Amino acid sequence: MAQVRVTVDGVNYADDVEPRMLLVQYLRERLGKTGTLIGCDTSNCGACTVSLNGQSVKSCSVLAVQADGTEVTTIEGLARDGQLHPVQSAFNECHGLQCGYCTPGMIMAAVDLLGDNPDPDEHEVREGIEGNLCRCTGYQNIVRSVQRAAQMMKPGSGVTSEPAPVAGGN
Amino acid sequence: MTTTAEPTTLEFGKARTRKEDARLITGRSRYTDSITLPGMLHLVVVRSPLAHATITGVDKSAAEKAPGVFGVYTAADLGAEGIGLPCAWPITPDQKAPPRPLLASTTVSFAGEGVAVVVARTAGEAKDAAELVEVDYDPLDPILDMEAAAQDGAALVHPDLGTNVSATWVFDSAAAGTGDDVAAAISAAEADADSVVVRRRFRQQRLIPAFMEPRSVVVDPNGEQVTMWSSTQVPHILRTMTTVTTGIPESKLRVIAPDVGGGFGGKIGVVPEEMLTLLVAQKLHKPVKWTETRSESLLAAHHGRDQIQDLTITAKKDGTVTGLDVHLYADMGAYLGLVGPGVPVLGAFMFNAIYKIPAYKFTCTNVFTNKTLTDAYRGAGRPEATFAIERLMDELAVELGRDPLELRKQNWISHEEFPYTTVCGLTYDSGNYEQATDRAVELFDYAGLRREQEERRRNGDKVQLGIGISTFTEMCGLAPSRVLGSLAYGAGGWEAASIRMLATGKVEVITGASGHGQGHETAFSQIVADQLGVPFEDVEVLHGDTQISPKGLDTYGSRSLVVGGIAIVKAAEKVVAKAKKIAAHLLEASEDDIEFNAGQFTVKGTGQGKAIQEIAFAAFMAHDYPEDMEPSLDSDAVYDPENFSFPHGTHLAAMEVDTETGRVTLRHYVCVDDVGNVVNPLIVEGQVHGGLAQGIAQALFEEANYDDQGTLVNGTFVDYTLPSAADLPSFTTEHVSTPATSNPLGVKGVGEAGTIASTPAIVNGVIDALRHLGVKNVEMPCTSQRVWRAIQDARGTATQETPVDTHSPGAGLGSIDPNNPQGEIQ
Amino acid sequence: MIPSKFDYVKPASVDEAVRALVDAGEDAKILAGGQSLLPVLRLRLAAPSVIIDLGGIPELRSISEDGDRIAIGAMAPHHDVMRDGLVTQHVALLAQATATVADPQVRHRGTLGGALAHADPAGDLGAVALALEAEFVIVGTSGTRTVTAADFFVDYFTTAIGEGEILTQVRFPKYTGWVSHYEKFNRTAQAWSMCAVAAALKVDGGTISEARIGLTNMGTTPLRAPGVEAALVGQAATAEVVRAAAEHATEGTAAPSDADAAADYREHLARVLTGRAVLTAVG
Repeated sequence: MAQVRVTVDGVNYADDVEPRMLLVQYLRERLGKTGTLIGCDTSNCGACTVSLNGQSVKSCSVLAVQADGTEVTTIEGLARDGQLHPVQSAFNECHGLQCGYCTPGMIMAAVDLLGDNPDPDEHEVREGIEGNLCRCTGYQNIVRSVQRAAQMMKPGSGVTSEPAPVAGGN
Repeated sequence: MTTTAEPTTLEFGKARTRKEDARLITGRSRYTDSITLPGMLHLVVVRSPLAHATITGVDKSAAEKAPGVFGVYTAADLGAEGIGLPCAWPITPDQKAPPRPLLASTTVSFAGEGVAVVVARTAGEAKDAAELVEVDYDPLDPILDMEAAAQDGAALVHPDLGTNVSATWVFDSAAAGTGDDVAAAISAAEADADSVVVRRRFRQQRLIPAFMEPRSVVVDPNGEQVTMWSSTQVPHILRTMTTVTTGIPESKLRVIAPDVGGGFGGKIGVVPEEMLTLLVAQKLHKPVKWTETRSESLLAAHHGRDQIQDLTITAKKDGTVTGLDVHLYADMGAYLGLVGPGVPVLGAFMFNAIYKIPAYKFTCTNVFTNKTLTDAYRGAGRPEATFAIERLMDELAVELGRDPLELRKQNWISHEEFPYTTVCGLTYDSGNYEQATDRAVELFDYAGLRREQEERRRNGDKVQLGIGISTFTEMCGLAPSRVLGSLAYGAGGWEAASIRMLATGKVEVITGASGHGQGHETAFSQIVADQLGVPFEDVEVLHGDTQISPKGLDTYGSRSLVVGGIAIVKAAEKVVAKAKKIAAHLLEASEDDIEFNAGQFTVKGTGQGKAIQEIAFAAFMAHDYPEDMEPSLDSDAVYDPENFSFPHGTHLAAMEVDTETGRVTLRHYVCVDDVGNVVNPLIVEGQVHGGLAQGIAQALFEEANYDDQGTLVNGTFVDYTLPSAADLPSFTTEHVSTPATSNPLGVKGVGEAGTIASTPAIVNGVIDALRHLGVKNVEMPCTSQRVWRAIQDARGTATQETPVDTHSPGAGLGSIDPNNPQGEIQ
Repeated sequence: MIPSKFDYVKPASVDEAVRALVDAGEDAKILAGGQSLLPVLRLRLAAPSVIIDLGGIPELRSISEDGDRIAIGAMAPHHDVMRDGLVTQHVALLAQATATVADPQVRHRGTLGGALAHADPAGDLGAVALALEAEFVIVGTSGTRTVTAADFFVDYFTTAIGEGEILTQVRFPKYTGWVSHYEKFNRTAQAWSMCAVAAALKVDGGTISEARIGLTNMGTTPLRAPGVEAALVGQAATAEVVRAAAEHATEGTAAPSDADAAADYREHLARVLTGRAVLTAVG
């Protein structure tokens, strides 16, 4: 067993874990953060993407022990004070999801992308989310969602869309 | 009739954002693998690495002693040797359908078939122990080539059957009385200097549905009913088939499909793992979960397509098509899937597509091989048919020196001819191919791109341009029960709905359709809001749980709206009829004088009225209601469609081909689809986009191949190459509408359209770019290597065959030999 | 999905790491960024008894200038390498190639040293290190040694890193003012390189004075294309010259055959991509 101390979505945890436990397993099985999903074994699909110390990572390719001392944000910690993150709102507004399975990872990848490049063109969005597979949408509305979120996040952009409240509370 | 859809009411036609998104964008989803029950155990399947072998021994002893292990079971240990998963579609009376065992006992028939299961406290411990199960195999030669397997004297997958041919299914328009004799048409064309005969062989490669959520099952055996959560498209069919398979009384089983992460036909089956999880849970009296890995999913979940198509089309030199003969081999894999043998049959009625073809014959030979079984994958039979005919129309155009679009127009059913009964005997109720094509041509700038193509050819540009056309139709809205009966399908095609009017005026809608990403909750709410005149927000759509929705036939074949949606309309009509009686009673008017509009019951010519919510409350209170009825507005309906629906559209692709490297790039894609009236344009657009991506992926990216030992070589997402966002462009999509006349909403279905239409558009475009170089065909997927080889062949430069069946020694993860991992991997 | 059991060690210094490696014996694996190792463990294609995580040694992440060299710690993540000012200024080809590795998430975790030590012939960075004549600093119980790129790549997944040794740093000569391009060809954006060409050139007054060409996935190790380099040097950077030079791209290669590309097609690609890489580099 190895010890891991980690902050996940604002809560501090200290746990003993098997060294072989993946971060995504730790999140899902130990912390009940089942919003983060698993879609493959080879780090292709990106469904498990979370933010680790502010950078997007595939939590299936990080050991839980490697996250010791870090701060993790999952899809469940993205909305703050009952308000959706603009990327979440934009995915709803632009129909950027269908079955929803790739969505948590896709949103986390998009948040990272926009942190890096606040105004990406279509090509940059497509390259920026190339580590995330979606089988439903053909990506077009995901790209629209990301660009819409960029618009919403631009200071003084004149876009009135306030972050939408999280339906059913958070 | 030619109209653009007009919203007839407030909600119909509105681009509502989806209700179901709220939980999915916040991580409050509930997929099966996210379910954890107290005391739950985990099941792992020990799978055969060999495609064909005799099992000579299973040594469980080490595994049984491993930490956390509750049990290691073979079929015999579970009393499951006699249990076989049934096939629900005997396409011919003499179809050979060996039952698919839950676990192989004596012979392994495909790589990935289960041999034993291990049950342990954690999934990790189960996996650790599974590696300790020693299975001894005597390898047998695998039978892998479907065409060779179908010949007399071939080695047999199932020796007791005496053949690898499961069934041969024939449709002959002459015999059916729906058209002429195709053999006569071909002989006549061959003898006629004024006719042409074009023969082609196309290959529909094997695909993997590759839904994003791996399959998962949780069974809780404790309680009055055994509860099974499954990542399935078909909870109702799963319940019935579980009863048929294991004998558990249907009334003792509750099946729940919670959030399901995509299906595309891939979750239409009833699979061994569902039955095994149930049997083990019952045996141990503990909840048990099975969740597959992606590799398991690619290996053992059913595959799609995999046909060889031999086609003969005849035409007059003026372009009039006179006959079409279709011979298919369809690879079933080692066993028949739930509806697998019927997949090619679903295509049988679509080879003639939108064209007036006087003579038609379809013959399909379903063949067993030592491969994973095939079954429905988005479009199921119809993409294969559409590909064949649309590729063939291009080939015919070349043969005749005609513009491919003009040739199509000459042969298609013109809009004045609807309703039109085809050479297959289907009646297309509505459509307007001219309208969709004209709009697509305009959006695409067809003439401008033809000019550019000409210019590039003249200049000998390195990157050539091709224009791909697909003017498709499909039959969907599966399906009229009587038609299914005539095809020996093992179920009906109806759908059920119930509406409950709650005391406070809110509405619960129960549907037997089981959504898994399509947006049912939103679209059905829109329909009900209009039908009952209640706010969209007041409608709750419930589905996917046999305790809540006891009756249904689930979601596949673009049926949810055109069958399930109409069932909801029928139930709503009954609610309104009941409410009208109570309204008349309360308003002291004759029922004939009551009008219903936008949720209000009013007495004709007076200002007096009551809202439907008031009536619902009155029915709940039941203090004052008519003598001759029960105090309830709640209503059920079962809708059995009278016909299929026939969406159509024109898809145009501008393909750029780098003739140096063979790299194919989709530059521009335009499609104009006619899916009838549109409930929610946002959802329709999303369905089209996703469908296009899957169809394009068949044309360009995806293939599941086996090596000469019968090992799947595309066993991870490293090797089974799904396109990412960076591999696709944005599409230009529009719709026109000729409302369906076969249902009250005028809707046609959209789930499969994009997939069915796009594959031939892409391949036609690739070949069109290279035709002047002498290239006549490129097999799918049109990888850079295949395209480059086609160009070399056309130039007469000998190259080797494109290998498809080798593991990649130099490609990342695929490069690591599983039997000999080595090196400094960091 | 779940790796086999292993013990986990997270040393705080290179010395500790070397000791841990020696203690653990031959069943140990070094964990750098883990972006190849973890998928391999999850597929259970490897089952090491001990994992030694280099993530606790901060100095291995540094990127610094050391005289006429840019010294990059083995644990510098791709994300940092491709954006580092020293790298983009002096070793632009490395930044360019690194930007094509995998995807943003993988580039946040994956490291230069890990990728090079993994030595997958389809990996993108080996050809760059080879073409740019990087030096590999390797630490073991008997001290520190430096290995040239030409000696580092031994075979398929095999490098000069010996038992009980750890790659700590990769040192690149400065190519300030050179032009460069990494031309990558893959089946899909996520796929590994079917073939790729790394080109760096020094152009003086329209004449190529020096050339470095590296090939990805054209043999069991990354390869250099000396025939191309020789044909370019001293020549004007014209399309004709470049095309003729590119014909030498396959000299001395041993292209593998797989489903994406049989050897003949791969050789053809190497020639075409070499031409494109050079022409794009010289603009």
